[in-house]
Amino acid sequence: MGKVAIIGVGQSKFVRSYPGSIRELAFEAFKEAALDAGISAKQIDASVLCSAPEYDKQRSPSAIVAEYLGLNPQPTFYVETLCSSSSTGLKLAYSLVAAGLHEVVAVIGLQKMSEISSAESQERMGRGGDIQWESPFGTMMPAYYAMYAKAHMARYGTTLEDLAAVRVKAATYGQINDRAVYRKAVTPQMFTDPAEMMAGPVASPLRVGDCCANADGASCIIVASKAKAADLSKKPVWILGVGSATASVNLSGRDLFTGLRAAEQAARQAYAMAGVGPRDIDVAEVHDCFTIAEIMAYENLGFAEPGEGPELIRTRQTYKEGRIPVNVDGGLLSKGHPIGATGGSQIRTIVLQLRGEAGPMQVKDPRIGLVHNIGGVGVYGNVTILGNQ
Amino acid sequence: MSKTAKQEDVRFGKFGTVSFTKTTRVNDFIDHLENGKVMATRCSQCGEVFFPPRADCCRCLSSAMQWQEVSGSGTLVSFSQLKFAPIGFDGDLPYSIALLDYGAFRVFGRIDSRLDIARLRIGMAMQTVVNRLPNGQLNYVFEPVD
Repeated sequence: MGKVAIIGVGQSKFVRSYPGSIRELAFEAFKEAALDAGISAKQIDASVLCSAPEYDKQRSPSAIVAEYLGLNPQPTFYVETLCSSSSTGLKLAYSLVAAGLHEVVAVIGLQKMSEISSAESQERMGRGGDIQWESPFGTMMPAYYAMYAKAHMARYGTTLEDLAAVRVKAATYGQINDRAVYRKAVTPQMFTDPAEMMAGPVASPLRVGDCCANADGASCIIVASKAKAADLSKKPVWILGVGSATASVNLSGRDLFTGLRAAEQAARQAYAMAGVGPRDIDVAEVHDCFTIAEIMAYENLGFAEPGEGPELIRTRQTYKEGRIPVNVDGGLLSKGHPIGATGGSQIRTIVLQLRGEAGPMQVKDPRIGLVHNIGGVGVYGNVTILGNQ
Repeated sequence: MSKTAKQEDVRFGKFGTVSFTKTTRVNDFIDHLENGKVMATRCSQCGEVFFPPRADCCRCLSSAMQWQEVSGSGTLVSFSQLKFAPIGFDGDLPYSIALLDYGAFRVFGRIDSRLDIARLRIGMAMQTVVNRLPNGQLNYVFEPVD
């Protein structure tokens, strides 16, 4: 049992284009989490909003969201670590509660990527790296991850089929997750038939099918102190470990291209804090923004030795029935990736798993789960370990 | 005294196909590019070498930096050829981004567009050379060491 419990989780559907404002999107996730926890806004002491601000038209969106959710006059905090914003938000909420400053905190993650035009979005995509020294060369997120894929393939013999296998697994579960944006099946043949959209080149060696889709969505996690959790919740899930680390934005500052140092470091911290190791993890959510990212995650989290990540997917060990089920909710590849909402969605999945409430996605009797959430191309690494006892 | 506003030093606006920032305290980098040289900075106090160049040393907090040419060859760490580009870069497609490891530092940039990427092998020796883009902008590219 930890010091801080998760007592409520919620997530909107992830969709291509949400027909409402960001405050309304936040409400969808918040309502589900509040009903799940069985509490009202007045019982929440503070809120943390997590989003990537370059997509929000509203300046300082935490204030407007707090107002709309009925969370005035409680304090609100705004955090951003790109695609891992809501894992960072959860760590902040943990700290606020563990320090005794607050007893019940709502962590709301959201992104309405369709808030801006596709031309504006394309312009922002070009500024995903170091804008002074990398972006003038015409960089994009898929191309950075493609460099990791290329290095992993050259060093360890990882194949295009291995990458496709990750997407096929994601689609297996995306089909049974009614919150996912991509609900269709994917077959390995779709990656080899040039007529298929999935096979289209994006940044070598990555193809369309290796990349997750943008989406609009929101997530909400409500955490509480041990005393409040005992009072409010019949099914608390405990935060056992929170690890986080950073790496240079510019790739010239990196010394490893077959894995992410920030993920390794965050995992080490989270395992040490929780007093568990990779073999104790019963179910995991990893940041599969690109197929290669899932394979590197297996290795960085210690589920496989360096270079042996592909073997886990080849032998289906990361399927629901396997030794270490990973992304059995469809992952970012099928669920979609609304930047600020993603970490909270991953945490929700693990909470539902640990409560035995994951429906068709449920793995057998998990006790300890892990969330791996990455911001940028391994710039921000976040690993969170949760347990149901 | 002149009443005209002080001219802003916007030399860095010349860097790359599209530059996203115009002012930096290492603007002399552009003058060196104009003279055919790709330069790193070296801290005069502790000797640390930085690429990309920087005006300040995070190791010893000195801001006394000297320019040092990126010379010799590095090894190709990884690369990727893009088939889609951000806005403003479409005219360059297809192009490849890459990283070279020089030991004391690494250089992120582009592969020379005249090079057939089928010839590229991770670990091969390459050098960094100044390149003038069709739109008149300046960058640097990697080419094999023959």
